[in-house]
Amino acid sequence: MRYMYLVKSCQSGMPPARLFEELDKLAQRAIKSGAMIDSGGLLPPQAGSMHVTLQGGKVSVIDMPMAEAKEVVGGYAIFEFKTREEAIASAVEFMNVHNEFGEGWEGTCEMRPMMTNPHAP
Amino acid sequence: MTVADTHRAILAVWRTEQQRLVAILARMLRDVPLAEELAQEALVAALETWPESGVPDKPAAWLITTARRRALDHIRRNQMLARKHETLARELETEQEIMPGPDANLDDDIGDDILRLIFTACHPLLAREARAALTLRMIGGLTTEEIARAFLTTTPTIQQRIVRAKRTLSDSGLAYETPHGAELEQRLSAVLEVIYLIFNEGYSATSGEDLMRPQLCDEALRLGRILAALAPKEPEAHGLLSLMELHASRFPTRTDANGDPVLLLDQNRARWDRLLINRGLAALQRAQQLGGADGFYTLQAAILAVHARAATAADTDWVQIAALYARLAAFTGSPIIELNRAIAVGMAEGAAAGLAILDAIAAHPALKSYHLLPSVRGDFLAKLERHAEARVEFLRAASLVANERERNFLLKRASSTGA
Repeated sequence: MRYMYLVKSCQSGMPPARLFEELDKLAQRAIKSGAMIDSGGLLPPQAGSMHVTLQGGKVSVIDMPMAEAKEVVGGYAIFEFKTREEAIASAVEFMNVHNEFGEGWEGTCEMRPMMTNPHAP
Repeated sequence: MTVADTHRAILAVWRTEQQRLVAILARMLRDVPLAEELAQEALVAALETWPESGVPDKPAAWLITTARRRALDHIRRNQMLARKHETLARELETEQEIMPGPDANLDDDIGDDILRLIFTACHPLLAREARAALTLRMIGGLTTEEIARAFLTTTPTIQQRIVRAKRTLSDSGLAYETPHGAELEQRLSAVLEVIYLIFNEGYSATSGEDLMRPQLCDEALRLGRILAALAPKEPEAHGLLSLMELHASRFPTRTDANGDPVLLLDQNRARWDRLLINRGLAALQRAQQLGGADGFYTLQAAILAVHARAATAADTDWVQIAALYARLAAFTGSPIIELNRAIAVGMAEGAAAGLAILDAIAAHPALKSYHLLPSVRGDFLAKLERHAEARVEFLRAASLVANERERNFLLKRASSTGA
């Protein structure tokens, strides 16, 4: 089963370098264990996020509203796991690294099973 | 957390950490079966302890520390057995002193250990089926029941196969190491062969109701990803990975709602898995950049990549595919590959050119009862409006094919040809 992890946080600004280092180690391990198949970081909303919204039959394009303390997605990763438990364990480990090296970083890792259904007719 | 939750958590950690655990222990003990046993003991210890103490903050580190301690105990207990073990125990104690904390060694690059484990499980000393079973067991972490189901055989058969393979490994006392130089190439090809065997075992099982078989493809893909990450300079490791990723990208469209196979050119390309295609193309590029463009797996991957890059079936670059088949045929000499080349040439240059290639290999003994030869021949002849001859070929193909659905399809073509 394929899972997408969406990492969300209210924190703006660069996380500590040590956190990046530790996350990189974790990612290397996940790649070498064959579990992580894709990942990417997102630039902060100021870099040019837009909302293209459909509402009441009208499509509108607006700058992403810059509300204070709003959770934004900072990155994603795609994993392939045999069981849901493995996926949860991996997300917990990911957040534990943030806890240890993030110097107060807070946020959420949203774990979403992906619709792949690769073997069904 | 309930006991059941804890058990689920333990098994999850076990699944992801098992190979690392066995790999680390195997390096310490130079004995793979023993390493596996002690890793299992660590699991049992976790099952006994964690429900009461709670899941530790770093479960993987806990398992590794526990397993190391058991290894040390084991060596102490058997000290009279061999001098080798005494030396090992001393080394081990020193190691423990240098890295005492439970976090120790967790971030060490243990990739080399796992690579060693893969090479050991795929040792040429073992029979091919044994290699596949042992690899799935030790690297993939599948249970013997799962492996038995995957290979459509019984659990005792697989159990025996694994026990015998482990005994061979223990008895042979072979060096537990990653091969170098000229040996590396030969040993690597044995590893690739095992992974490819596992993949094909799952891939060709379109008709089975057994859900385990597609899981074999997933498992082979995972092994391929591990190998490519651990041996990044080996072009064929990337070539095989590319081949598998590109094949897997089409899984959603390989069969229709009734479970009937859908031909490549008729598949709905919008439903091909873009993530896997991109991974496959990237792996192919790495293989080629490493100088492996003419490798056995890389050439096959390159052919799949031509299809993957074509937005529609009509956009397929058949000239390039024909050229790739020619290169592949050059070093395998297989008439089946020549048959595939004929199909590509038939698409690129017309039926007459394809037919000429077929005629050159028609007498090959390996193709004597291969239904695709008359089937493709019939197709070319029909396109050339030689209907009577085409009919004969379709009937001949129908008489050779085992699958009923395919037979009906060929009989239908025979009766509609030139009528």
